[in-house]
Amino acid sequence: MKIVVLVKQVPDSGADRNLRSDDNTVDRASASNVINEMDEYAIEEALRLQEAHGGEVVILTVGPDRATESIRKALSMGPDSAVHVVDDALHGSCAVATSKVLAAAIAQQGADLVICGAESTDGRVQVLPHMIAERLGIAALTGARKLTVDGTSLTIERQTDEGYEVVTASTPALVSVWDTINDPRYPSFKGIMAAKKKPLQTLSLGDLGIAAGEVGFDGATSTVVEHSKRPPRQAGNKIDAGDDGGSKLVEYLASEKFV
Amino acid sequence: MAEVLVVVEASQGVAKKVTLEMLTLARTLGDVSAVVLGGSAAALADKLGEFGASKIYAAEGEDLDGYLVAGKATVLAALIQRVSPAAVLLASSQEGKEIAGRVAVKLDNGLLTDVVALDADGVGTQVVFAGSTIVKSKVSKGLPIVTVRPNSLTPTPAPATPSVEQVEVALTDKDKLAKVVERKVEAKGARPELAEASIVVSGGRGVGSADNFKLVEELADLLGGAVGASRAAVDSGFYPHQFQVGQTGKTVSPQLYVALGISGAIQHRAGMQTSKTIIAVNKDAEAPIFELADFGVVGDLFKVVPQAAEEIRKRK
Ligand SMILES: Cc1cc2nc3c(=O)[nH]c(=O)nc-3n(C[C@H](O)[C@H](O)[C@H](O)COP(=O)(O)OP(=O)(O)OC[C@H]3O[C@@H](n4cnc5c(N)ncnc54)[C@H](O)[C@@H]3O)c2cc1C
Ligand SMILES: Nc1ncnc2c1ncn2[C@@H]1O[C@H](COP(=O)(O)O)[C@@H](O)[C@H]1O
Repeated sequence: MKIVVLVKQVPDSGADRNLRSDDNTVDRASASNVINEMDEYAIEEALRLQEAHGGEVVILTVGPDRATESIRKALSMGPDSAVHVVDDALHGSCAVATSKVLAAAIAQQGADLVICGAESTDGRVQVLPHMIAERLGIAALTGARKLTVDGTSLTIERQTDEGYEVVTASTPALVSVWDTINDPRYPSFKGIMAAKKKPLQTLSLGDLGIAAGEVGFDGATSTVVEHSKRPPRQAGNKIDAGDDGGSKLVEYLASEKFV
Repeated sequence: MAEVLVVVEASQGVAKKVTLEMLTLARTLGDVSAVVLGGSAAALADKLGEFGASKIYAAEGEDLDGYLVAGKATVLAALIQRVSPAAVLLASSQEGKEIAGRVAVKLDNGLLTDVVALDADGVGTQVVFAGSTIVKSKVSKGLPIVTVRPNSLTPTPAPATPSVEQVEVALTDKDKLAKVVERKVEAKGARPELAEASIVVSGGRGVGSADNFKLVEELADLLGGAVGASRAAVDSGFYPHQFQVGQTGKTVSPQLYVALGISGAIQHRAGMQTSKTIIAVNKDAEAPIFELADFGVVGDLFKVVPQAAEEIRKRK
């Protein structure tokens, strides 16, 4: 089985993040960039499947040059190789266009199974998995907290607001995962050394048969009109609990008409 | 007036609050038609009418209920092509976003997700990066397909008597690839749903144990609110994952958010920053949660919360 894992590089969600003032895109140059956290769970799940059933694990990233760091980091966890789609024309791409590029690269790889994160921490769009599956005409099992593979049949369990669902499909398929699915491994020293020598293929849009005008700002289906920093919340009254902290809390609730 | 489609989100035959919010928002944009994908439209009609739907498109049948969203997207895309609406609103839930994503690809159309406001020109407002940045954006190709974040506005009734039109459900094999073989409803109790609640009481690592979460539940119940949890509390096994608030959990925007034993990490703030009023109880006076609390109590939650609960009971 050939498993392609989608890995996105994103600005660290624990640090200050900004949009650029010149072209309204995510400021990646001044941010500290990391692997989208949910994608580490996707990598872990792929490696576990490989350990149990054999096969090959390939990392796929669409992103700027500097995403190479995250790809090497992903490889140090254990995958076999990586594909990096990088092209100046991609700057400014919307989700619809990004899904076109990812789908083309997945098709070229001939993946039996695509595993990705349920959502990215920068966009939080949660739409790419279904967009990609729609383009490829394959099943999308999204938001998995558990995945079982038996030959060509897949079963996931996913959380719903009411409880949970069990959903099945056959390969080829795409599965997106939440952080409840496993505990990602840390790269070993050996893994880090090995990652430096693993094959990393770089593809341009041309290699995927996509024209520059279909992506980037030219091909964008939505545009940012303006953006601004939200004024930070002001700290209000802070009291020491003393002996009557609970009562004072309720007095405040009452003054705000919550009780 | 131009027609605006609102894709109904319901739970066990009852329209969710976000649906009523979308109907209210849609009325500012045009003539409102509700779209029911799966389930039964008849059970929902009264409520949809009460909030201003003048028409209901009903697409029903096992083929829609028994598979994940692909079929719903096929039906919605066909409807959009037939009626050419001025805009399409869906809930910013997992399902709403997934349907929107597929429809966008099918129609090669832009989409906006997690919108908290939408004006008549189709400009949507989004709050991103842990609540630090406000973005205004617009679909530049096709019609506005927009997912609306729950609790973004107050639903108001505007009674109408909707006509109901059955919509044909013509699916292909590609729409039936992900089959739902089991749907488990776990006991939910009387508490409001987290994303829709107007009061949320959340506990963090400071609550200390699953057993101690009873304190959080007790305060939530006294206030008629939902219970939330920080990721540290969830990871420690104190409370189930579906109640996690933050970056990788639910985004909530209630009238009142009470944080008990939560430090206020940026990823937690991401899910609760836009709450109207924030109260925090934490024994560490330097905890960052106090930077955004309207009212902060520095102290031991095991003393403060029981006392507060007692006080509320007395006042009742
Ligand atoms: C990519 C990413 C995504 C994340 N997503 C989320 C998310 O969705 N949601 C989320 O919450 N976090 C998320 N986190 C984790 C986040 O960074 C914090 O680790 C987490 O929010 C901490 O939870 P906490 O405040 O409960 O625990 P802690 O930070 O350990 O804080 C516990 C607090 O309780 C106080 N306390 C202890 N005992 C008492 C007592 N008796 N009385 C009163 N106060 C007491 C302490 O003073 C302390 O401030 C994410 C992290 C990453 C990297
Ligand atoms: N540019 C990208 N390159 C590779 N994978 C991506 C990219 N964008 C999104 N993904 C994958 O799609 C998932 C969902 O992303 P999103 O729809 O942006 O929330 C992420 O967790 C990634 O696994």
